[in-house]
Amino acid sequence: MAEQQPISSTDDFIKGLWRENPVFVQVLGMCPVLAVTNSGVNALAMGLATTFVLVLSNALVSMLRNFIPKQVRIATYILIIATFVTVVDYLIQAVSLDIHRALGAFISLIVVNCLILGRAEAFASKHTVGRALLDGLGMGLGFTFALLCLGGVREILGSGSLFGLSLFAAGFQPWIVMILPSGGFFTLGLWLLLFNRLKAQRQQRLDGQLAPQEASS
Amino acid sequence: MNDDSLWTIFLNASLVNNFVLAYFLGICPFLGVSGKLATATRMGGAVCFVMLVSSVCAYGIHQLLLAINAPYLQLISYIVVIASTVQLVEMFIKKMSPVLFRALGIFLPLITTNCAILGLALFQTNKGYNLMQCMVYALGAGAGFTLALVLMAGIREKLELATVPDVVRGTALTLMIAGILSLAFMGFAGLGA
Repeated sequence: MAEQQPISSTDDFIKGLWRENPVFVQVLGMCPVLAVTNSGVNALAMGLATTFVLVLSNALVSMLRNFIPKQVRIATYILIIATFVTVVDYLIQAVSLDIHRALGAFISLIVVNCLILGRAEAFASKHTVGRALLDGLGMGLGFTFALLCLGGVREILGSGSLFGLSLFAAGFQPWIVMILPSGGFFTLGLWLLLFNRLKAQRQQRLDGQLAPQEASS
Repeated sequence: MNDDSLWTIFLNASLVNNFVLAYFLGICPFLGVSGKLATATRMGGAVCFVMLVSSVCAYGIHQLLLAINAPYLQLISYIVVIASTVQLVEMFIKKMSPVLFRALGIFLPLITTNCAILGLALFQTNKGYNLMQCMVYALGAGAGFTLALVLMAGIREKLELATVPDVVRGTALTLMIAGILSLAFMGFAGLGA
């Protein structure tokens, strides 16, 4: 590969978790992020399903990267992804019908999650199988983490529980709005706000370190 | 089979269960293309058209798959049909109206990964609509998508002139507004039921 710089294999894995988190930093794959995060369990199931598809499609795309003609690559990637999504759809149906009913059409809609196609095109098609696997795993877990962040907040505020366990005393009045669609938009907006704030603070610190040097020169 | 009246289906798809604000389908173009009113309108038109065509195609595919008893091929064949429909529409527009083609630019190929289109095909299959109902459902969904996009673009054009803190600029603010819009659309609940 062209750029075999100090990028280690752990870096392939770690970057998806935090620095290039697909949801909070890259803002990719928004539809499932908002739609299925009305409870923690749904968020976890969706995150794991997406991770499964992401890892396997990344691996297969990487394996076939020298055989796929450039012109039809996007169509091929979509076909590969659709195959794995069909697998995961039947898998979830076998494991738990309740979860399958709760997620509904959104399992099938993993196909059009721009995150998966994005990783296939941007990473898996250019790197070896091992690194593509790690990248898929990291991105998938980062995605799951973000879903849990949203699902947790929405379930705690919207139904007063977390993963089905009741958290508050009987007098708690749930914020119905949080489990409604608008709650999804608000919660994600607030999380992005937090991340922007953190980014701005770090930028300020960096500027603060640079400033004295500039002042002296 | 489903015996909802056509008017109910249209109202349901466009307002009560708006694809963007209630089902969260097509959020990517909703966030990405809603900066300018003019592009938002064009994008809405293109999506409406692709929705109508792919809805009819998906209906045909579903009948075929039922006939050969292969439901596991559903997802794969839908996505292939949608991708090729978008490709065809792209070539058609390029031939018929180069001006429109240039105006739409990158948005046309992006429609392939618009989950609203695939979502529409899956929902209409789940609900067991017949051909006429499918077409009305597609029109309603397209109209709802365009409405949400245009409303959002209108608000964002005004916001350009407002002073907001630096940290909320961009996606965070857009999501907040989408939340308020979605709250407003909940007022339509019960209208088409």
